[in-house]
Parts: sequence; structure tokens; C-alpha cells
Amino acid sequence: MAPLLVGITIVCFVVIHLAPGSPTDLQTDLNPRVSAEAKAVGKLATLDLGESFSPDHRPVIDKILERIPITIIINILSMILIILVAIPIGVLSAVRQNSLFDKVTAVFVFIGFAMPTFWLALLLMILFGVHLGWLPISGIRSLNYEYLPPFAAFIDLLKHLILPVLLSAFGGLAGLSRYMRSNMLEVIRQDYITTARAKGLSERVVIYKHALRNALLPVITILGLSVPGLIGGSVIFETIFAIPGMGQLFYMSVMSRDYPVVMGILFIGAVLTLIGNLIADLSYAVADPRIRIA
Amino acid sequence: MAGGIVVILLFIVSLLASWISPYDPNEINLHEVLSNPSFAHLFGTDQLGRDVLSRMMWGAGISLKVGFVATGVSIFIGVILGAIAGYYGRWIDTVIMRFVDIMLCFPAFFLILAVIAILEPSIWNIMIVIGLTSWMGITRLVRADFVSLKERDFVQAARAIGASDLRIIFRHILPNAMASVLVAATLGVAGAILTESALSFLGIGVQPPTPSWGNILTAGKDNIDIAWWLSLYPGLAILITVLGYNLLGEGIRDSLDPRLK
Repeated sequence: MAPLLVGITIVCFVVIHLAPGSPTDLQTDLNPRVSAEAKAVGKLATLDLGESFSPDHRPVIDKILERIPITIIINILSMILIILVAIPIGVLSAVRQNSLFDKVTAVFVFIGFAMPTFWLALLLMILFGVHLGWLPISGIRSLNYEYLPPFAAFIDLLKHLILPVLLSAFGGLAGLSRYMRSNMLEVIRQDYITTARAKGLSERVVIYKHALRNALLPVITILGLSVPGLIGGSVIFETIFAIPGMGQLFYMSVMSRDYPVVMGILFIGAVLTLIGNLIADLSYAVADPRIRIA
Repeated sequence: MAGGIVVILLFIVSLLASWISPYDPNEINLHEVLSNPSFAHLFGTDQLGRDVLSRMMWGAGISLKVGFVATGVSIFIGVILGAIAGYYGRWIDTVIMRFVDIMLCFPAFFLILAVIAILEPSIWNIMIVIGLTSWMGITRLVRADFVSLKERDFVQAARAIGASDLRIIFRHILPNAMASVLVAATLGVAGAILTESALSFLGIGVQPPTPSWGNILTAGKDNIDIAWWLSLYPGLAILITVLGYNLLGEGIRDSLDPRLK
């Protein structure tokens, strides 16, 4: 963890020092670069990311923190959606290998891998937003949000979140269901499954109790690894759907060359990935008793 | 098989774009702004009256160029770092693989955007930046191959007759590791094309007036309620292209894997 964090700050610095002119010049800080870097690593450790170049000159960390919750909520919701949909699909297509269901999902998975999700977003916006008029296509709340009763306001928020969550889940669905399928196929061929069948357990118990639990273990790692993809994707979705989250802030900062914010989000994005991986490692240890012994 | 056909067709279209495209891709015609698909304009026209089909034919070349150059960069870095890490092992292996871990922590799209924000968004910068942020997987692949191959008898034999490290790495081990690299490269082209189109869509990629599938889609988003054809066809082209490369990659993998025969 700690060496990775230091490495992340160094990469952030290399990236930001590609900029013409030294960013430290702008802060009238003309220290030699090495000591400036050492100082800045210390600053990053205390989450002091400096001030934004934008006219409001607010601390970068405040700008990011006020936008992180919505990004994390969308990512967690889409993660839950991925788990709820991809795992049953993977299990079913493994249990019924080479069935029609398996073949149809294989086609969908291939299309899912190749689908530019921002294009799918456009198509769904045209269908549900423009033609059918069922769902709003931008922002996270309607104009009259403040005058709605609490329940209607909640529904309003949900309606705004459906498309973004669905689309950011889409990319992960194909990968995870494929992964789940191959895991499950591998587990079903193990000796303990044959044993379970031999002692007369019903197929249901064999599949859902013995096989599924073991096939689920590696999925935890995959979910951890999918965090950077989800966070990176938030730039696209939040820009398309005008959601005021971290991804949109990143996009706007890139366009206006607000380097402190760009670097701050780059750093926070990498830290979130680290946290995701850490959670995955910890839950793996909880789920798999063999790891606790070792 | 189907993947190979798609890939070859795209090559032909992009090579012949200047002859077979019905219009000049940058010819502005303000009399026919946003006109529906018709016989004159099979895929309709955009907000400046330019023919979408012609722009897509030229865009095919751009996509291929980005895909191949970006993948070339990532293969170059990945093979060299992976070979060094796998062949020499010890501390240099640790340093390189830690660096890979660090790079993998960054959401790739963030890293690309940050670098593009600093450099100018131009087609060359995009190719290089996509390449610079996608070599980690190939490094891991090549390293794994090198670690297992370097203990094999033919490598010991090469060493015994006094071959230099460079010769062993490039003449003896690398050709044996190329199969997995080839598959990764094919899939890498698909990934690079997807990334480029997303960047161009966000307006940070290939800059207009140079046509690219991604920046036609930007126009599609701006005219979302009136011009569905601007959103439909370029996206379909991206989907089919990426699907083609993915299928080709899978096909190569299957044909190279003796266990599947």
C-alpha cells in the first residue's frame, strides 16, 4: 500500500510536469524541483492539493469532496447491478453449457465487449428521452425538485439515475458474466462436486451450495480490479448526462486546464482504486478460510 | 473468420477512401444541413451539410491509424520491459513490476485525459498517450512467458555456446513468446479504437474538421432530437470494427492453442 501511494504521487508529478512552464512558478515558488516535489508529496499525504486555477480559487480538495458522493453512489449502484445480473447469467450458462441460453448470452457478451458505451448512451437517450419521453436525459434532479414532496423527489432522483447506472454497469456485465461462467465450469469439474453428487445430494444443492460458493471467490478480486474502469468511465457518463460528479469536474478541469484540480482528481482516482483493491483483499480473506490460516 | 473479413474490409475502405467516398468529406453544403438519409446521401448529412458516409470512410483510416500506432507503442514498451523483468529477474524485476502495479492503479481514462489536457489534443498525441497507458498487460504477459522460457533447455544451450543476453532475448526467447503478444495486440487495437472514439466524442481526441467516428457522434449528441442518423451509423461502425478485432483475436488465440485442436 504505502509504496504504491508514493509511486502514485510520483506519477502524478511526472504527468503534471509535462506542462509547459513549471506549475510551481505560478505559485511564485521558485524552489528547485526536487525539494518542491518532496514538499508536495508531504502535502499530498495530508490531502493538501492546493488551490484551483479557476476564478473561485477554492481549495482543490473541497471541490473534489463535494462532488465525490454522487460519483461513488452511481458506481456502487452499478456495481450492485453488475453482481445481481452477471452472476446468475454466468452460473446459468455454465450449468447449461452449450444450451441455447448459453449461446445467446455468448453473443451478447461479445457485443458487450465491443460496444462503445457512450454510443449506447446516445441511443438510449434518443429512445427513452426524446422519442418515448419516459426518462430525463440530463442532470440528477428536475427543475421543480425543491417543490416536490419527499417521496416524489426521491422518485425524481431515481429516474435521473436509471440511465447512468445502467450504462456504467453495462461494460462490466459482459466481463463478469463471462468470468463467472468459466469459473463455474472449472469448479463443476472438481472432485468435491463429484463427491457431492455421489453422496446423493440434489443437483440444486450441488450447484448452489457447493459449486457456487467456490466459484464466487475469485469474483471478489475481479470486482476489485474493475474499480478503475468504473471510475474512469464516470468521466464519460457524467459528461453525457450532465451529472455534477467527480468525472464531470475532471472533464471541465481538463478543458479549462485547471492543473491543480486535474492532478488532485488523478491522485484521488488512484487512491480510490487502491481502496477498492484493499476492500477486495480483505473480503477475500473473510470469504476464504484458507487465507486466514495461511 | 468473420473478424478477419471485417478487418480486411476496413483496410480496403480506408485505403480507397479518396476514390470511393461519394463526396469530399470536408465539403460544406449549407443547402443540405442535417438532411435525412437519401439516395444522394446514404447516411444523411451533418450540421454543416457534409456527407456522413464520406466522413465515415475517411474516419475508418483515422481509427486504424490510431489503433495500430497506439498498439505499436504499447507492444514496444510492454515487450521490452516484460523481457527485461522476466529475463534478468531479481531487483530489476521487482522495480518494473511495482511500476506496473502503480500504473494499473490509475483509471486509464483519467491518465489519458490528464496528459491530453497538458499536451495539445492532436491525433499523434492521442496515439502516443493511448499507447503509453496500455502497455501494462503486455508487460505482465511477456514477463510470465520469459520467466518460464528462460529455464528451458534451448536457452541453456544458447547460453552454453556463448550467445549474448541480447541475442538470447531477441532471437531465442522472444519468438516463442510472440503468440500471446499477437493476441494481446489484436485485442489492443480494438481497445485503442474504442478509447480514441470516446476521446473524440468528448472533444479531446481527433479535432474537427478531421473526420473521426467519435467526433461525428459529438454532432449526433448536439442534434440528438432531430438527427438520429448522426448518432446511429458512426457508432455502428465502431461496434462492428471492435467486434471484428475481438473476434480475430479470439480466432488467433484458438488457432495457436494446441489444447483446443
